[in-house]
Amino acid sequence: MSLLRVENLSIHFGGVQAIQDLDFAIDAGTIHSIIGPNGAGKTTLFNLITGLYRPSAGAIYLDDVQIAGKRPHDLARMGLSRTFQNLRIMMNMTAVENVMVGRHLHLNTNLLACMLRLPMIVRGDRAARKRCIELMDMVGLGADIDADAGTMPYGALKRLEIARALAAEPRLLLLDEPAAGLNERETKEIDDVIVAVARSGVTVVLVEHDMKLVMGISDHILVLDHGRKLAQGTPEEVRNNPAVVAAYLGNV
Amino acid sequence: MPPAFVELLQFLLSGVTSGAIYALVALGFALIYNASHVINFAQGEFVMLGGMVTWVLLSQGIDLPLAVLGAVGLTMLVGLLLEKLAIEPVRNANVVTLIIITIGAAIFLRGLTSVTLGKDLHALPAFSGNEPLDLMGATIMPQSLWILGTTALIVLLLHVFFNYTLLGKAILATSHNRLAARLMGINVNFVLLLSFGLSALLGAIAGILIAPITATHFEVGIMLGLKGFAAAILGGLGSGLGAIVGGLLLGIIESLGAGYISSDYKDAMAFVVILGVLFLMPSGLFGKRGTERV
Amino acid sequence: MADIRPSGYSKHRKKQTYTRRLGTRASPLQMLMSERVGGMLALLLVIAVLPLVLANNYQYDVAITIGINAIVVIGLNLLIGYAGQISLGHAGFFALGAYASAILTSRYGLHGALAMPLGALGVGLLAYIMARPILRLSGHYLAMATLGVGVIINIVISREAWLTGGPDGMYVPAMEVWGVELYGGQIWYWIVAAFLVLAIWISLNVIDSPVGRALRGLHGAEVAAEVAGVDTTRYKVMVFVLSAVMASVAGSLAAHFSEFVTPEKASFFHSILFVTMVVFGGMASTFGALVGAAVLTVLPQLLADFASYEHMILGLIMMTVMIFMPRGLVPTLSGLARRRGARR
Repeated sequence: MSLLRVENLSIHFGGVQAIQDLDFAIDAGTIHSIIGPNGAGKTTLFNLITGLYRPSAGAIYLDDVQIAGKRPHDLARMGLSRTFQNLRIMMNMTAVENVMVGRHLHLNTNLLACMLRLPMIVRGDRAARKRCIELMDMVGLGADIDADAGTMPYGALKRLEIARALAAEPRLLLLDEPAAGLNERETKEIDDVIVAVARSGVTVVLVEHDMKLVMGISDHILVLDHGRKLAQGTPEEVRNNPAVVAAYLGNV
Repeated sequence: MPPAFVELLQFLLSGVTSGAIYALVALGFALIYNASHVINFAQGEFVMLGGMVTWVLLSQGIDLPLAVLGAVGLTMLVGLLLEKLAIEPVRNANVVTLIIITIGAAIFLRGLTSVTLGKDLHALPAFSGNEPLDLMGATIMPQSLWILGTTALIVLLLHVFFNYTLLGKAILATSHNRLAARLMGINVNFVLLLSFGLSALLGAIAGILIAPITATHFEVGIMLGLKGFAAAILGGLGSGLGAIVGGLLLGIIESLGAGYISSDYKDAMAFVVILGVLFLMPSGLFGKRGTERV
Repeated sequence: MADIRPSGYSKHRKKQTYTRRLGTRASPLQMLMSERVGGMLALLLVIAVLPLVLANNYQYDVAITIGINAIVVIGLNLLIGYAGQISLGHAGFFALGAYASAILTSRYGLHGALAMPLGALGVGLLAYIMARPILRLSGHYLAMATLGVGVIINIVISREAWLTGGPDGMYVPAMEVWGVELYGGQIWYWIVAAFLVLAIWISLNVIDSPVGRALRGLHGAEVAAEVAGVDTTRYKVMVFVLSAVMASVAGSLAAHFSEFVTPEKASFFHSILFVTMVVFGGMASTFGALVGAAVLTVLPQLLADFASYEHMILGLIMMTVMIFMPRGLVPTLSGLARRRGARR
């Protein structure tokens, strides 16, 4: 049984067909990459899977449960988490607080308990902070714990998004261009993080332009072009697929 | 004519009359909003200034056309100063801060008017007398015709201005994309200034037109401003057509509501309607319904 | 998930900050510097000392009005400053609380201590019902909708004279507790102070809790908060209701203290005044809200000496402060102090 299955998925904005009749499946415990030229519909696909967009047609299954049209926070509860290509950092909060928002689902959110600051809230927050600091250490942000998010550089914020997404302890993690704008060393670090995350049992879906990263860590690759599936398979298969070479890799 | 029809016609006529005023005020909101994304809560004070200054000039023995010209000119000057001194320095501040600045300006202008011109109620003489005209059994005041005619003329002029002149197109371009407009060589600050001047002009004219019917007073701008804002929102913020339709609709609904339901709640009608519309259409009647890009 | 840390990442961890970072108990000095401990202590001190300075009934009245306004503004700051949602109609909730207390005690003979929570419950319910459709809106549309709610409440109060006394207002009977009439500034000072301390304590607690982070998170990046599992609609509704209830309680206090209520309490101007207090003191700062309430309550009193120039000066001050300190008094001044301290 696949963890995520997409069937006949389509969405159009006005007259623009952003995703057309897409089918694919993702097995648990793998690193799965989605590649394709700009405008191929990769981020749109993420937005569909995480409930930000409602598909015009088709279905999305998580563990065989239809999830298309569900609200994002319900999907988060079902184990979905993601990062954003254009950073969505809470600039009004500190770095660790950003990560702690990611921990939301695992905390006591009873308003009355929070208003009175009951001991269980204090304990919960202390444990959450500890856990979030571990995650920040993991993505290499150990020195920025209490920094204002607004003062941190781009590369650090990219990693902060990953830590925030991990704080939810997702089963399926969608990373939208985690290496974009990072230098080679930082890309290597992110690479290590992704592999480590996958090894811990989280299924990772990656949208990425960095072919070295994609080819190096992916178990499976899906190639999109103009909202349609162009090819899929192992990195080896995709690399040798003439259609992919012609449409995409040939230009790299 | 059956009396029920005459009654309806009467309500519609008075509704369209006040609706035209709301439309002018709403156009002022839309103009400034488009150029700067600021909601100018001092828009109602422009209306008040138009009426009050005209009254003062008339009382000094100045002829009506000259008094009107003077009042419009002075109000525009106030609009330009407001932009230059209070809006331009903080253009990128957040929405709430900007709202409070314009409200501060409104309070200041009200205070200034009450100190210099007093707190009394003044009625302007109607432009063409008070002889009611008969329209299929209903009556209409000549002043209403002045209001409708002037509003129509202004709408026409604005249409020509925005669609057929370079300056008008520059303002539209700025409202769509400020950065792109700047790159195209448009002086964005000048556009901003111009939008405040134009809004003040519209407000002053509205205030002068309505003053013979409802009389003018230093606090007359509060309700007119709020209703103009409601009309602008009703039509969809930033849409010129929306502002006009929103204003007329609001005037008609208010008049029908006051006539058939309860005159006590005349002032509440506009806000009940706007709440109802916003619940069903969160972007107003003609507002852009954008999908947020993620 | 504990074993997924790749080797090498813990190397550049700074040992000396470890305990602080893990969120173990802060040192006494750190606690004294924090808002919840140090700020509260300072507040209690001011409240305790102030009566020694207050010379007459008039000054007590001003102090009590500051407290009442501050309760509204602290709630409103949760909504505007922290959750990033605007309301131009909170005077409506304030007035509903005041009139609930006035009507329930004078017309139905209820005790004030019962009327206040009943009023708060009613206002909370009303806010809850309205919040869902209203908070779907954003920006100026939300401003319009909340403004509309406030204006409608104001008009209803003015028109339904059989119940509310109409534009002239209505008397509120004095509250009695165990046969003692609660009358006068000296008594109400302590009652209002207790409610104020409670409001500030609740506000500080909420902000630094999972609920508060959800609120700040949806302000900072709504989509990201939603994806992280925050039901953003639910939280917007929650904070809207909480702020409405706080306004209602403050309204009840005002009604019982002044023993008179007028529809003016629900006016658009009054709503604007509350919002201005929030922004004036500094958004997203609980003590800023208190400062904003204090300054803008005292200011008109001082300006009363200028008689008819009062409004001109008030308008000018509102504009200049917002132009030169768009972030508000407390954040701007504390930012200045911090920079000066850093330079030293």
